[in-house]
Amino acid sequence: MTPAIKIEQVHKQFGALHALNCVDLTIEQGEFFALLGPNGAGKSTLINLLAGLLRPTSGNLSVMGFDVMAQYRQARRALGVVPQELVFDPFFNVREMLRFQAGYFGKGPENDAWIDEVIESLGLTDKVGTNMRRLSGGMKRRALIAQALVHKPPVIVLDEPTAGVDVELRYMLWEFIKRLNRDGHTIILTTHYLEEAEALCSRVALLKQGEVIALDSTKNLLASIPGKKLRLKLSAALPANLQDMVRHQEQHDYTLSLNVINQVEYVLAELRSANVVVEDMQLIEADLEDVFINLMGRHESN
Amino acid sequence: MNLINQRFRGPWTLFKKEILRFWRVSFQTVAAPVMTALLYLLIFSHVLGGRVEVYPDVPYAIFLIPGLIMMSILQNAFANSSSSLIQSKVMGSIIFVLLTPLSYLEFFLAFLSASIVRGLVVGFSIYFVAICFIDLPLIHPLFILAFAIAGSGMLGAFGIIAGLWAEKFDQMAAFQNFVIMPLSFLSGVFYSIHSLPPFWQKISHLNPFFYMIDGFRYGFFGQGDISPWFSLTVVLGSFIALSFITIGMLKAGYKLRG
Repeated sequence: MTPAIKIEQVHKQFGALHALNCVDLTIEQGEFFALLGPNGAGKSTLINLLAGLLRPTSGNLSVMGFDVMAQYRQARRALGVVPQELVFDPFFNVREMLRFQAGYFGKGPENDAWIDEVIESLGLTDKVGTNMRRLSGGMKRRALIAQALVHKPPVIVLDEPTAGVDVELRYMLWEFIKRLNRDGHTIILTTHYLEEAEALCSRVALLKQGEVIALDSTKNLLASIPGKKLRLKLSAALPANLQDMVRHQEQHDYTLSLNVINQVEYVLAELRSANVVVEDMQLIEADLEDVFINLMGRHESN
Repeated sequence: MNLINQRFRGPWTLFKKEILRFWRVSFQTVAAPVMTALLYLLIFSHVLGGRVEVYPDVPYAIFLIPGLIMMSILQNAFANSSSSLIQSKVMGSIIFVLLTPLSYLEFFLAFLSASIVRGLVVGFSIYFVAICFIDLPLIHPLFILAFAIAGSGMLGAFGIIAGLWAEKFDQMAAFQNFVIMPLSFLSGVFYSIHSLPPFWQKISHLNPFFYMIDGFRYGFFGQGDISPWFSLTVVLGSFIALSFITIGMLKAGYKLRG
């Protein structure tokens, strides 16, 4: 089967800055894929190259088998992009804007039923006649997602779709995106919330300084971190000889990282001999954040 | 028929959106320039009427009106494409067009045609208001139409260039005030180039706006400073040259696609 996205040896340079360095990435149809990385890692650059908003310095990119440069018409028809910033056209209301957007893709009145469906599933029905300027931030975000879907693209890219969104809307958007994936759309998500990637995505690429430093299934990445975390609420400060295990601290609440599970016994023994009382205790599985920190750190020391 | 529809629906939609964009604020984009032109007409024909006769047997008001119409057509055609582009660039909404399968040529044609429509709507409006007060001759209507279309097309293309180049409203205002305004005011709208000293006459001949005004005026009362055919050639030549530059910039993705 043709891959949804194929990125081969892509290099992008802005002056002296190497934004992307030799990136290779294949995303299969139907995948739910996350692009992770700190600010400036090259996530948005990669998306903009796919969308044709930027041109690669070298290398090839294709969407559903169509080269984004040579066959840009087909490639763009196959791709829906939800941009990161809340951009909008202040002259039009939601429905007009969606119809225009569909029109640019050659879709006419026959497409209106689909537009209505998108409007309804994103909870925009009450706002169809409202000028884009008057929508709240959350509603603008929904409208942006609707705009990316008007031409029924098989591949959907969401650049930080839940940035600055309240919890309720975040979960609603998660459900919506999951449904799109179930309906057969390939989803590519960039996010700062590692929790989001963990909850949604089956595969993850980790970008750092323009390079893919990890590419694996979410499950494998999580399994690659053998340790667990121990969260403690103590009556006094942690003894000095346990300080190097601390991952996170807030007053007398500590999160320690454990390489092996029987370190718990050692920690408790040390606490007892220092006369520190454990008020609460929790053992937590590693999450993507640990993978992220671990890989970023390992890459740094290399 | 349906196939043709689908093929052209993209650029047609962009054209329609550009038209609707200025129509939504028509008070500012149509009514305001009509008002300005009428004020010029009122003041200048009052002050100069009866004192200045540029061509024999042509009253000053009759001389002035075609120039004012053409000047407004040109300024508004420029304003349409340039302000739409700078606004959508600053707001970021330009990406909604850039993400679509529209080609650079379709983009150009949609913006250009919308500019021509805006220029013609403003031009016609001034004409219709003016003929309520003054009996305006109409000797060569085809010349009038040709100059109106070629002139607004040229300025529409020029507006795309300015809109692509400018990154801030400030730069756009500078372009408008230091390029478009001097070119239109020094084109002989209010006077005949022949009344100028020889040096300034030569300078005026380098101004493409002069040819547009002079040729357009010829269409109304059949007199001008130079041959309307020569003017039309200059205007069409400038229009084509500017269009090629604009298309080249769009093709290269100048300040649109990095």
